[in-house]
Amino acid sequence: MSSPLNPVWIPRKRRGAELGLLVLALVIGIGSYAAVGLGFNGQVPSGIYTVGGIYALVALGAHVAVRRFAAYADPVLLPLVVALNGIGLVMIYRIDLGLDAAGSPFGPFAQGQLRWTVLGILLFVGVLVLIRDHRRLQQYTYTFGLGALVLLVLPILPVIGNAKRGAQIWIQLGPFSFQPAEAAKIALAIFFAGYLVAKRDALALAGRRVLGVDLPRGRDLGPILVGWLASIGILVFQRDLGSSLLFFGLFVVMLYVATERPGWIVVGGLLFAAGSWFGYTAFGHVRDRFDAWLDPWADPDRNYQIITALYGLGHGGLLGRGWGQGSPEITPFGFSDFILSSIGEELGLAGFMAVLLIYGLIVERGLRIALTCRDAFGKLLAVGLTVSFALQVFVVAGGVTRLIPLTGLTAPFLAAGGSSIIMNWIVVALLLRISDQTRRPTPAVAAIGVDDATQVVKL
Amino acid sequence: MSELTLTLIKLGFLAVLWLFVLSAVSVIRTDIFGKKITTQDKPREPKPRKVKRRRMRGAPTTLQIVDGPNAGQSVPLGDGPILLGRGTDAAIRLDDDYVSTRHARFATNGEQWFVEDLGSTNGTYIGNQRVTSPVPVSIGTSVRLGKTIVELRK
Repeated sequence: MSSPLNPVWIPRKRRGAELGLLVLALVIGIGSYAAVGLGFNGQVPSGIYTVGGIYALVALGAHVAVRRFAAYADPVLLPLVVALNGIGLVMIYRIDLGLDAAGSPFGPFAQGQLRWTVLGILLFVGVLVLIRDHRRLQQYTYTFGLGALVLLVLPILPVIGNAKRGAQIWIQLGPFSFQPAEAAKIALAIFFAGYLVAKRDALALAGRRVLGVDLPRGRDLGPILVGWLASIGILVFQRDLGSSLLFFGLFVVMLYVATERPGWIVVGGLLFAAGSWFGYTAFGHVRDRFDAWLDPWADPDRNYQIITALYGLGHGGLLGRGWGQGSPEITPFGFSDFILSSIGEELGLAGFMAVLLIYGLIVERGLRIALTCRDAFGKLLAVGLTVSFALQVFVVAGGVTRLIPLTGLTAPFLAAGGSSIIMNWIVVALLLRISDQTRRPTPAVAAIGVDDATQVVKL
Repeated sequence: MSELTLTLIKLGFLAVLWLFVLSAVSVIRTDIFGKKITTQDKPREPKPRKVKRRRMRGAPTTLQIVDGPNAGQSVPLGDGPILLGRGTDAAIRLDDDYVSTRHARFATNGEQWFVEDLGSTNGTYIGNQRVTSPVPVSIGTSVRLGKTIVELRK
């Protein structure tokens, strides 16, 4: 638009393509539901019309909401997420069947997960309707910062805090339990984005140059040290290795993106190494995780979970056992923390890679939104949300496949867990909102005219 | 359910799953290359006239203050952003009571210049539209900050 005759790009809305992909995603979800029944006991599950209908209805509802409230938003994100969520729901249902057949006291989980999914999609629509411009969030930078802090502290408070499975990351309110760390993730991304937009000039000041890398000045290290101490605090008081890693990684990456200085990565890496060493020497549970990673077979009783998960992946092979024909229910928490290994067993390497690729595409779209976004806050927010998503997938998939020590984050959209599914739907809504703002054609700029210009009072 | 049917279901499901992934990729691909390239509709009268009269093509070289207390001053454009405001770190210190300390910024992406409001009290206007996000400005477009009007000149 630099000169009036230049050609300009008008991104297409591609809502039709979105609908097509969405239908394909629903075919995958509902088809796998039927396949589980066929593979498990030779008949299509009785709930195929009701459950399939509910899922199709909310997914199409989300599509209509995007059409109505974010017409220019990215066309691929929603179908990708719907496909993942569908596969997750079916996998949880499949493990319910397995647990039931084995007479296990656990479960069923699928119904609750479907309820949470519906609620998540409703909140997705709610965010699209309520937040019409993501830049409004910047006004509440410090409110979100405070909110994140409160959410992080909640689980260690005496009455509502609730320790389950060795980690103090839950709060219990009556019959509901909630993982505030998931919500804190979004609040922190908003806070970091707003904070770094305001302060990045100061943080980008060059300090000493060592080996071709600009290291920051000592006095600018304050924020990263605070972030590091907070992460260590989560590790110490909540014994939650995953969240600790996620928050620190998120902060370092956003700092790097905001200042364009690789020095922050170097500093962050050193702090991370120090933190890992500290965790390893000081805490038994961190050391257990490390040992289970290096040699799970040294103590098969304690590392039963990861060993069964690895055997599950091996059992799946290249093409998998087929829906309903493996035995993923043997792995403890095969429906939540270890859902990726369950998928690897039933769908094989081919299905596992497809799922990872879907995650990869979601991350690619997120970073693309950040690249094309014009305002700094939106850019950083998109990067933050995407990076937290990517880190989470890496940590979970790496942990399950024994690439890195296991840390206990949930696989977004797949794993059973209400807080995780709801918050991830909100993340997608925010990304779509930013993308809608970015791809929307800029309003025509009118030159100043004598008639319609606001009058300047001559004094 | 025979073994064969189950195998077919298994393979069929994987095929559909990969079909989904690949069609998502192809939508992304068309999204990169397939953007409609259109010519912008004929813009409003005054702009082309100004452009023609001053015979301006190509990149602007100066930022000129056209009206207001600092009228007549100008600053050469480089690659970096240019800050306008009453503060000491501004490229031109505007003696305008209606201008904020850090009021607005002109920045370029190498091809065109954008004006971005930095959260000023009284706002930055192009015509009667308040600038809320970086807006591309071309040569001769008047941008108003407080009582000051600036333009990009060649």
